Amino acid sequence: MDSPFGLLAELTYRCPLACAYCSNPVNMADYTDELSTDEWRRVLAEAADLGVLQCHLSGGEPLLRRDLVDIATAGHDAGLYTNLVTSALGLSRARAEQLRAVVDHVQVSIQADEPAISDGIAGTPSFHRKIEAMGLVKELGWPLTVNVVLHRKNIDRVADVLRLAEEVGADRVELANTQYYGWAWRNRDALLPSREQLEAAEVVVRAARERLRDRMDVIYVIPDYYSRYPKPCMGGWAARQLTVTPNGDVLPCPAAQSLPLPRASVRDDPLEKIWTQAPVMAAFRGTDWMPDPCRSCDRRELDFGGCRCQAFQLTGDAARTDPVCHLSPDHALVTAAVQAANERRTTEALAPRPHRVRQR
Amino acid sequence: MTAPQVGAPRAEPSDVATSDLARPRLARHVRLSFCRTRQRHILQLPETVVVLRGSGADILELCDGRRTVGEIVAELATRYRDVPGDEVRRFLDGLAARRCVEFSRGGETTDG
Repeated sequence: MDSPFGLLAELTYRCPLACAYCSNPVNMADYTDELSTDEWRRVLAEAADLGVLQCHLSGGEPLLRRDLVDIATAGHDAGLYTNLVTSALGLSRARAEQLRAVVDHVQVSIQADEPAISDGIAGTPSFHRKIEAMGLVKELGWPLTVNVVLHRKNIDRVADVLRLAEEVGADRVELANTQYYGWAWRNRDALLPSREQLEAAEVVVRAARERLRDRMDVIYVIPDYYSRYPKPCMGGWAARQLTVTPNGDVLPCPAAQSLPLPRASVRDDPLEKIWTQAPVMAAFRGTDWMPDPCRSCDRRELDFGGCRCQAFQLTGDAARTDPVCHLSPDHALVTAAVQAANERRTTEALAPRPHRVRQR
Repeated sequence: MTAPQVGAPRAEPSDVATSDLARPRLARHVRLSFCRTRQRHILQLPETVVVLRGSGADILELCDGRRTVGEIVAELATRYRDVPGDEVRRFLDGLAARRCVEFSRGGETTDG
């Protein structure tokens, strides 16, 4: 079995934003018992020993952890390439200067190019603070990725979004169509764009890629509901990536908490043992678990049967072919959602995710 | 010298565009290191890892923004008997196309 390359360290699910496209779990109350600084130090050292090379410090909002500098330092000292994935709210100059020495790369989200729209999606005034923080990241000589999650309510603005990324001097811009997990799954019908919207956006993205070739990487995450084949989710189940949730659960991907699989926790076992032996990791590793049409498909090593969490959400069985695939016997579930998105003329309301769980 | 290679996805062979006077350096977001677990040199990037094989790491260690491509090839020639300059240039072009390597030209100075 290969070593994992990347660790997604979800430090907390608390967040100052309330984006309805958030893929954090809806049962946030189960994750309030967060790992301590020392527990994260151990996890990051164990990850490096296991062969992990990159560590994404994410959330929620990782800046809400007061010990973020200590955690990032532990990752850096273990030789990991550390990537801060942030809304940038809370990235003061003092904090940024402390983090500069131990964080290799910063990814800042923004919700749209226009203040009122961005703030509306984020559920809080944040646009101007984000732009300011992006300037600070550049000033400190940090590589900057601007991340924008695309959906029905902002995808028509993709040209303006690209212009904004260019203006702030981003090294990379990630235009990520919404993936329907967690809160986004709950809001799917309000977020799923029409085919017409997507096609227009793709023309803009292709032209921007050509124009910006020497200056800025334009990464476009395709919307899998409109694809013929499923995405090669995580590069295969427990093949290249792992996630540690705020309370120390270890998962092959951040959405896998939704599946009925036995828990594995860094509080109970070393990371290496979990990666190599835990049932949650072994469940869909490789190709032996596959049903037809995947089992006999030429693409089984290309897309690994797609996403287990999506299969579970749509069919109730995580071991089925991802219904996004046009060869899936359940594909009608996806075509129905797509058809509804294309016939819908009304605007549906979004259910915002809460900033935090109310203390009980 | 063993041909420089990168792990999957491989750098596509391309026309050699790099001039001997260009001064390559790693892009700001890229880090060259050695992975103990895999016993390979690697390039670390925000979302990907490039596993280096052959002499790739030897070349990249010399890409400091000051040496020209010509000087790098000459330096490698002091270590290895056979240094195919075109392969070095093609390797650097491939990484430049993936934005792992940047070039500054002529007398332009770099501040790393």
